[in-house]
Parts: sequence; structure tokens; C-alpha cells
Amino acid sequence: MFCDRAIELVRELHRAPEGQLLAFNEDGLRQVLEEMKALYEQNQSDVNEAKSGGRSDLIPTIKFRHCSLLRNRRCTVAYLYDRLLRIRALRWEYGSVLPNVLRFHMSAEEVEWFNHYKKSLATYMRSLGGDEGLDITQDMKPPKSLYIEVRCLKDYGEFEVDDGTSVLLKKNSQHFLPRWKCEPLIRQGVLEHVLW
Amino acid sequence: MTEELGLPGQDSDGGSEEVVLTPAELIERLEQAWMNEKFAPDLLESKPEIVECVMEQLDHMEENLRRAKKGDLKISIHRMEIERIRYVLSSYLRCRLMKIEKFFPHVLEKEKTRHEEEPSRLSPEEFAFAKEYMASIETYLKNVALKHMPPNLQKVDLLRSVPKPDLDSYVFLRVKERQENILVEPETDEQRKISLVTGEWRPYWSVRNPWLCWQSK
Repeated sequence: MFCDRAIELVRELHRAPEGQLLAFNEDGLRQVLEEMKALYEQNQSDVNEAKSGGRSDLIPTIKFRHCSLLRNRRCTVAYLYDRLLRIRALRWEYGSVLPNVLRFHMSAEEVEWFNHYKKSLATYMRSLGGDEGLDITQDMKPPKSLYIEVRCLKDYGEFEVDDGTSVLLKKNSQHFLPRWKCEPLIRQGVLEHVLW
Repeated sequence: MTEELGLPGQDSDGGSEEVVLTPAELIERLEQAWMNEKFAPDLLESKPEIVECVMEQLDHMEENLRRAKKGDLKISIHRMEIERIRYVLSSYLRCRLMKIEKFFPHVLEKEKTRHEEEPSRLSPEEFAFAKEYMASIETYLKNVALKHMPPNLQKVDLLRSVPKPDLDSYVFLRVKERQENILVEPETDEQRKISLVTGEWRPYWSVRNPWLCWQSK
């Protein structure tokens, strides 16, 4: 049946749990585009026949193919747009540098889009005033306390705290550090907030 | 911190002049804008003056902290306050950005078709961001899929494809001062008038015009 491949693309998204980015289905997309090309060419010849040969019985078939074409386009654009939304969420989750495993799931054009988005966002944040603007990807939760207990998950090295002293972040070491300094490291997976 | 901040505002004659606010009043305005933005389904008017003043305020506070004597107990308290204010401001701006991204064709269309006197829903920077966002999505869709499609299908009308904000969703209003005879749904024939009493909470239907939200500011 027509549009099978397109629906398969949409189902793929539906199957992936909230926010998860699967590998870009290049084959699937290519097949949908090929089907669209074939449908269009068939329609073109039928339209000519219908006009010149007076074959008005072809018209329902032409309409049906046209609907399939519209369906294919809608599913394709939905697939691509939804993936962009998931990629956009990655910027807010992981920061500007994505883990490699996620980058491999993105097509070259998606990586390019991600870079554009990153840049737009950075320009906007910088414009918010002050010296460097305001990084609104920080402070995602209301602050409960100034200092938090954190455990180091991997070796990070020297980490400088506000008043000039520095702390050595070695795997499994625990520290009592200012919350606002730790937030980016917690999101990157270097530190873990220890909750009693 | 007893300094006062100048904020462009409107006096009762409708002319603009600087309204002077204490820092506490400024933060109250920020929190108000934040709450309104969070609960409204639509993007509300931008408040660049509040954002600017709050950023200035945060800078002053950071500066004061830097100059303060080390080990002073007040430092923790002030730091906490800076954190809280920064959280509210970031959350407010994030909320706006998310609405802009979610409804981008409609937001840009509204900006394009607004009248001179109508205030803009977007700050200049948000407008630039929205335009770049729309352009990048259009370019991406065109290059990856649309240009490989049959010629009569290559244009996608984003205004029709991207959903609009749901203006029929319910919001709660808190009335700050008494208003009589507010016109509900002025566009329809049935013109309902209601009176809003101070302090009353009311569920609200068909918020066609966000102006009604503002009436209860």
C-alpha cells in the first residue's frame, strides 16, 4: 500500500520514548521520496491522458495518488521536525557539546542545524545585558541551598572555587561545594549530587 | 540597598515618563511578569525594561558581594538572594523562548501584522532569534526533503502546519483592583459583561484577548 514507508518513519518516532534520538533513518527517507517521485510521474501521465484522451475515469486514481503524495509529505515533515525538536532539547540537556554517541545518531544536516541553533541561542543569551549576558540554560531548578554535597564520578582535575581555593576532583571523592558552580558539572555527569 | 531604579512607565495622562521603583518593587514586578508568562498559553508583551533593570540589579549585588568583608554572615544570605532572583529571571526568559520556539510562525506573523501603536510581543533580540529559528528550520526542511519532492509539493505553509497556542484554555485570574463591566468576547454578538471584585479568583473562559489578563494586573 502507498505511504507504508512514511508511516513507518512516524511509528519509529512513536516507539522511541520521550526525547530519545534514534539513528537517522536515511534509507526510510530515501524510499519515501522515491515513492513520491513514482506517484507523481504516474499522475503526470494520467493527467495528460485524461485531458487529451478524455479519460475522465482516471480522475479518481489521480486524486488518490495526490492524497498519497500529501500524506507522504506530511509524515516526512513530521518525522524531520520532531527529530529537530528532540535535538533542540539536547542543547538544553547536555550543553553545547554533545556526547559522541548522540552525534552519531544525527545526520550531517541535523548537526548543522544544531550548530545554527546553538549559535542563535548564544547570541540571544549574550544580548541579555551585563558583561557576558545571562546563561539561561543554567538555574533550571529553584535554588534550595547555597552549598551541596557532591560526589565525583570521574577524574576531572583541579576545580577552582570562588574565593580562589581549588579542589581536586578525583573519582569517588566527596566535596561540599557551592551549588551554582556544580550545576554544569552535574549536568555533564562529572559530579553527582549526594542526597541524604 | 536603598537606591531607586528608573523604569519607563505610563502615568495617568497616558504619556510615558520614568517610573521610579525600589529594588523590592522591581523584583515584585519581575515575579508578576514571570507568573503571568507561565500561566498564559500565549506569548505576552515583552518587558525589556524589567529584564534590563534586574540584570543591573544583579550586577550591583555581585559587585557589593565582591567588596564585602570575607566571612561576613550576610554574604550567604545575599548570595542566596542573587541565586533566587537569577532563577526567576532565567525561568521567565526560558518560558518566553519556549513559547517563541513552539509557535514560531504565528509569533512572527503577529509581529509582521501588528500596528505601530501596539506594543511588541518580542524584544528586538527575541525577534532576531525567532527569525533565525524559522529560517534554519525552513532551510533544513527544504534541503533534506522538500527540494527532492515533486515541484507542486515543495512549499509547506508553516502557518497552517504548526499548531497555534490554545487561547481557549482556562486560566485563573487574581483581581488586584475592582473593575466594573469588563466586556467579555467583544468580537461575538453576545456581549457578556462581568464585574471583577478585588481578591476574587475566577476561572476564565475564552481568553480571546490577553488584555483581560492584564486588566487584573
